[in-house]
Amino acid sequence: MDSAYIQIGNLELALAALLMLINLGLSAWLRLGLGRQLVLASVRMSVQLLLVGLVLEWIFALRNPWVVLLLAMIMGTTAGIAAVGRTGRRFPGIYRNSLLNVLFASFLVTGLAGQGIIRFQPWYDPQYFIPLLGMLLGNALTGISLALDRFMENLVSRRAFIESMLCLGATRWEAAHREVKDAVRTGMIPIINAMMVMGVVSLPGMMTGQILAGADPADAVRYQIVIVFMIAASTALGTLGVVMMSFFSMFSSRHRLLSTQLLRTQSE
Amino acid sequence: MVVIVCYRMLSVEKAGRKVDTQWVWRGLSLRVSPGEAWAVSGPSGSGKTLLLRCLAALDPLDEGRILFEGRDTETINVPAYRARVLYLHQQPAFFEGTVEENLRAVLALAQHSTREFDEKWISGTLDRLGKSVDFLQRPISALSGGEAQIVAFLRGLQISPTMLLLDEPTAALDPEAVGHIESLIEAWRAADPGHSLLWVSHDQGQLERMTSRRLVLGKG
Repeated sequence: MDSAYIQIGNLELALAALLMLINLGLSAWLRLGLGRQLVLASVRMSVQLLLVGLVLEWIFALRNPWVVLLLAMIMGTTAGIAAVGRTGRRFPGIYRNSLLNVLFASFLVTGLAGQGIIRFQPWYDPQYFIPLLGMLLGNALTGISLALDRFMENLVSRRAFIESMLCLGATRWEAAHREVKDAVRTGMIPIINAMMVMGVVSLPGMMTGQILAGADPADAVRYQIVIVFMIAASTALGTLGVVMMSFFSMFSSRHRLLSTQLLRTQSE
Repeated sequence: MVVIVCYRMLSVEKAGRKVDTQWVWRGLSLRVSPGEAWAVSGPSGSGKTLLLRCLAALDPLDEGRILFEGRDTETINVPAYRARVLYLHQQPAFFEGTVEENLRAVLALAQHSTREFDEKWISGTLDRLGKSVDFLQRPISALSGGEAQIVAFLRGLQISPTMLLLDEPTAALDPEAVGHIESLIEAWRAADPGHSLLWVSHDQGQLERMTSRRLVLGKG
C-alpha cells in the first residue's frame, strides 16, 4: 500500500515509551506513589491497542456482518459495565439500565447517521462502523457514568426534601424531577464543554488522525463536525434514558423512594 | 330512629414490619376513629418512626394491611391519601428560597391544583404566634429550628389534612417554640372535630396534654 504518512515501527514505539520516564521520574521525585500504576497503565494501554490493531486488521479483511456485530456488542457491553464502575453507589438493576442505554443510544445513532448521513455501504463496513461506534460509546459512557453518580448522590442528599414533598401529596415525578434534570444536565456537561472550545483550545483526535493520515483538513473538519453531532445525540439519549430508567428503579409505582436499595460501593 | 354511621378513619390490621430478617413489630392492630388523639410510645428501636412511615405509605408493610376510611391504602391513590394523612417529623426539609416560596411550592402540585394560597389564614396564624407577615419573605436558611418547624406546619396545614402523623416534631425545640407548635395543632384540631392524630414523643407531659389514647410498642 502506498502510504501518505510516515510509518511507525517498533523502534519508534520504544522511543515513545521512553517518554514515560518523565512521569516515572516525577513520581519518584515527588513521592507520588504512582510508579506502579503508571507502569501498569502504560503496559495495559500498549498491549490492548496492539491487540485491537490485530483484531481490527482481521475484521477489516473478513468483512463479515456477524463478526462486526459481535465485536460491537463486546465494545458496548464493556462500556455499559465501565459506566457503572466509577459510581459511588449502586442499586439492583443499575447494570441493566446502563447496558441497555449505552447499547441503544450508540447503535441507534451509529445506524441513523451511518446510513442516513455518511451512507457507507454495506451498513456493517467495519472501516466506518467500528470507529464511529467506538467514539459514541466512549462519550456515552462518560455521560452515563456522571449522570448516574449525580442522580444517586442527589437522592441521598435530598432524601428528606423528596420525602417531604411526597408526604404533602407530590407524585414521584413531582418530588424528583429536579434530581432527574440535574443528573441529565451533569451528564451533558463534558460534551457541551468540548463543543464550546473545539478547534480553538482542542483539535479533536479523530480529525488530527485524519490529517496525519494525509486527508485534506477541510474534509477532516467535516467528518469531525458530523461525529460531534453524533456524539452529542447519543450522549443525550443515553444519559436521559439511563436516568429515567433509574428513576423508575428508585421510585415505586406507589410513589415510594426505595432508598434502602441504594448501597455504597465497597471501594470507597 | 337514629342511625349512627360509625366508620373508622384509619385501621391497622395485623400489621408486621421487618428490618432485614427481624420483625420490628408484628400482629399490630389499631383503630383510630375521627377526632381521636393517640400517643405512640415505646423504647427507642421499637419502630415508632417505622410505624408512622408505614402509615404515611412511605414504607411498605411486610404483612397485614392499613385501611383508610375502609379502603386498603395499597390500592388507593397515594398522593391523595398522603395529602389527607400528613406525616410531619423532627427535621423538616425545604428547598433554598423564602418561606413563602416553600409554602407556594406545595400548591403547585397537581394534587392541590384547585387550592389557592390562603394569605388570610397564613397571616392570621403568624399573628397568633407573634410573627409579622415579613416572616414570609425570610430565606429558609436564616430560620431557627423552631421557626423552621412552624414553616413545616404551615406548609402542611394549608392543605387541610384530616389526620396528622407527628414524629417528635418538638424534640429539639425550646419551650417557647414547643408552645407555638402545640398551639398550631390545637387550633387545627379545634377547626374540625373529625381531625385526629398519632403523636410520637419522648415528652410524657406533652403526650398527657395533647393526647387521650395510647399505643405502646415494643412490649414483645
